[in-house]
Amino acid sequence: MITVELRNVSRWYGNVVAVNDITMTIGPGVTGLLGPNGAGKSTLLHLIAGFLEPSRGELAIGDAAAWRNPEIYRTVGLVPERDSVYEFLTGEEFVRATAKLHKLADPQAAARRAIAIVDMAEAQDRKISTYSKGMRQRIKVAAALVHDPQVLLLDEPFNGMDPRQRLHMMDLLAKLGAEGRTILLSSHILEEVEQLAGTIQVIVAGRLAASGDFRAIRRLMTSRPHVFLVRTSDDRLLGSALIGSPAVTGVELTRGGLQVRASDYGTFSRELAAIARDRGIRLRELLPEDESLESVFAYLVEP
Amino acid sequence: MGGALNGVVARITLRAVFGRKRALIFAIPPLILILVTLALKAAHPPGAPWPGRVLGDFGFSVILPLTALIIGTSVLGAEIDDGSVIHLLATPVRRSTVIVTKFAVGTALTAAFVALPELISGMIADGGAGHLAVGLFVGALAGSVIYNAVFVMLSVLTTRAIAFGLLYVLIWEAVLGNFVSGARLLSIEQYSLGVANSIANDAALNARLTLSTAVIMGVIVTAAALVLATRRLAGFSLKGDVV
Repeated sequence: MITVELRNVSRWYGNVVAVNDITMTIGPGVTGLLGPNGAGKSTLLHLIAGFLEPSRGELAIGDAAAWRNPEIYRTVGLVPERDSVYEFLTGEEFVRATAKLHKLADPQAAARRAIAIVDMAEAQDRKISTYSKGMRQRIKVAAALVHDPQVLLLDEPFNGMDPRQRLHMMDLLAKLGAEGRTILLSSHILEEVEQLAGTIQVIVAGRLAASGDFRAIRRLMTSRPHVFLVRTSDDRLLGSALIGSPAVTGVELTRGGLQVRASDYGTFSRELAAIARDRGIRLRELLPEDESLESVFAYLVEP
Repeated sequence: MGGALNGVVARITLRAVFGRKRALIFAIPPLILILVTLALKAAHPPGAPWPGRVLGDFGFSVILPLTALIIGTSVLGAEIDDGSVIHLLATPVRRSTVIVTKFAVGTALTAAFVALPELISGMIADGGAGHLAVGLFVGALAGSVIYNAVFVMLSVLTTRAIAFGLLYVLIWEAVLGNFVSGARLLSIEQYSLGVANSIANDAALNARLTLSTAVIMGVIVTAAALVLATRRLAGFSLKGDVV
């Protein structure tokens, strides 16, 4: 059982701060690293994997630093996001070569075992250049598992996988996590992570925005007020009627239409049509203003 | 912890080098050398000074460095560029082992594709394994070693290894080396020629360094390049999605 510890870890490139003062502890089981694209998830994973030096702060896997320490890879397996693998090797050759580099006692057996775990035995003797993206992901996972690591780091592992492959991978990761391994996987899709991860760490713009189990995260995300833009035949009249509803926390007349803040999305959407009809107002357009994932995450960053 | 050379790394490197179409390109210069030698042999009487000039000057200022450049930058450079090197580095294999193994593969390939053809061309020119042929062979071997160390190092330092390598060969060695005496001390071509000349003793080679200078500088440059390459590889970094 190994714990990954980050204390005030930052990483910057000139003026760009990719990871900003992050402190977190990642224990055994599956932890999800969630955030929009460009939030710093990959940067954080590379820092933990020893492939990026922290500009500031401390980072340890167990009690060893990851940076400039190749010995760490005896207990750590990394599945990088980038597609590149040795295309000219077959899947089996690639995993077996990795096993040999790890100096395993029986590299061939270890390779077969790892390949069976990711369900790639059928394609193992084909060159990787012939693999689909999902197959490449799986063979990368096999190579990361071949030495039976206690810590597994996966960067967007479900990219390019069809639903069946994704389910299979989720089952595998759940099993590995239940065995007490420390697994960290990154994603920008909550649904991918929520069934799997006991703990979710949300990263937005390089900062740790929220931390907790998936129910707590989802509650945070859905309890925020929703903002809509409504265009009608009489915005002012509708606004004055809507503010009387407990589901509405605010209305504002803007050039684009009536901006409505609703704390209870369900009630609001049921009431809107009725309120408009009762006053003879014609609804022309109803647009959610902040349904993007970025705005959801951004909300979490605001104090 | 394993020795300085790693069989798995060597095998993957060889397959990577020969797997790319680029591999065929480095067979061309030595082929040209042999063909040119055959043509000149047929056109000139024996005892003419052309072998030293062509095999030495042309061979050591063009064929050797350019072939070594193509080979030396492809044993590690391509993997770093496309990111597949991460699968090698995410294992406990020592970074020094990776560098030394790839350097060894590059050197062996350059020796096969340049030093051997130089020997063959020398033997064709002289009608036998005379001083010139052996001198060219040993000099090209020395050049293979030193050039590969430097080009492997360049591959780790920059994604533009080929560009910088060309700048070095074409400007530093070919131009400055001929006009600025100090530049010769940092010219791998001159180290190679110094070694070759100590055996061949041929004025047409235009070697400007003594054997001891050539060997000392060659060893220093090789060692420094390999040490620097190892240090940089130990700090190999992956960029994140922000940058």
